[in-house]
Amino acid sequence: MNNRVKLFIPAVFFFLMLGLLLFGLGRNPNQVPSALVNRPLPEFSLPELNNVTTMINSEDLQGNISIINFWATWCPPCHVEHPYLVEISEREEDLNFIGVNYKDDLNEARLFLEEKGTPFRQVIVDLDGSLGIDFGVAGAPETFIVDSFGMIRYRHVGVINHQIWEDTFEPVINRLK
Amino acid sequence: MRNTLIPVFMIFACLCSVNVNAAIEDYVFENQEQQQQFRQLSDQLRCPMCLNSNLAGSDAPIAADLRAEIYQQILEGRSNDEIIDFMTQRYGDFINYRPPLNRGTFMLWFGPLILLLIGMLVAWRIIRNNQNRPATAGLSTEEQQKLDSILADNK
Repeated sequence: MNNRVKLFIPAVFFFLMLGLLLFGLGRNPNQVPSALVNRPLPEFSLPELNNVTTMINSEDLQGNISIINFWATWCPPCHVEHPYLVEISEREEDLNFIGVNYKDDLNEARLFLEEKGTPFRQVIVDLDGSLGIDFGVAGAPETFIVDSFGMIRYRHVGVINHQIWEDTFEPVINRLK
Repeated sequence: MRNTLIPVFMIFACLCSVNVNAAIEDYVFENQEQQQQFRQLSDQLRCPMCLNSNLAGSDAPIAADLRAEIYQQILEGRSNDEIIDFMTQRYGDFINYRPPLNRGTFMLWFGPLILLLIGMLVAWRIIRNNQNRPATAGLSTEEQQKLDSILADNK
């Protein structure tokens, strides 16, 4: 090889590393890949918030695309996203919006939904956070898209708003339809 | 001499204190092995919320929940592998500070070693090339006379 060409090898290597590091810098470190995407819903049987004698099972969520939202009244971002969820759920009538009330005070949770309206058809009570662990949830809010066969297809960490809904949720849902 | 060593000791002391465990709960175990197992797992598993700390060192709510889960499973007599499997199924390889060796983590394990080998290869070739180059011979008598005359002229 020509010696002049050889002189450029360190520079090429340097720019390759630079590119790699810049790429890494642009990624959101909180966006941890979920281990549960493309896996079936975890098995569970938990009470419904407004009627605690009714149990909701994982099989109940099949037959329709579900949006499963982990929320709690102690979680400020959940308050932020709540009005968006209400609006989106009114618009997207064919989606099955399910809430998971995560490690919360049940009375406060009921009051919250009464006052601000509910986007959810059903709310699952997860008092000790064990369903959260089965879903690989690190905190609230987190939202999952589950297809009609009960397979988890997408995990979103953090607040949902119109922009996020259009950019990330709609493409996944349209693909599943 | 004594004075210069003090900062060195202080830096060393700072380095030593990094590994302090911050877990707050008082778990009661049936035996020493279980306690050892709990320490090891909460040290090796990473808090899924805080990115740069293990379960033992994090006071995030999810870290406390996962510590409780580990405690429960240890009491049920589950092995380390079973508990790590349980966590990886839910939180992915991310949760393990000692990720398993597979195609996706190959570069993570061997990347630094490969870079080191490349560096050693390059260094070895440079040194060898330098050795092969003929040593710069001294000036010939003719050149030396010329140099002397130039130096003499400039005086």
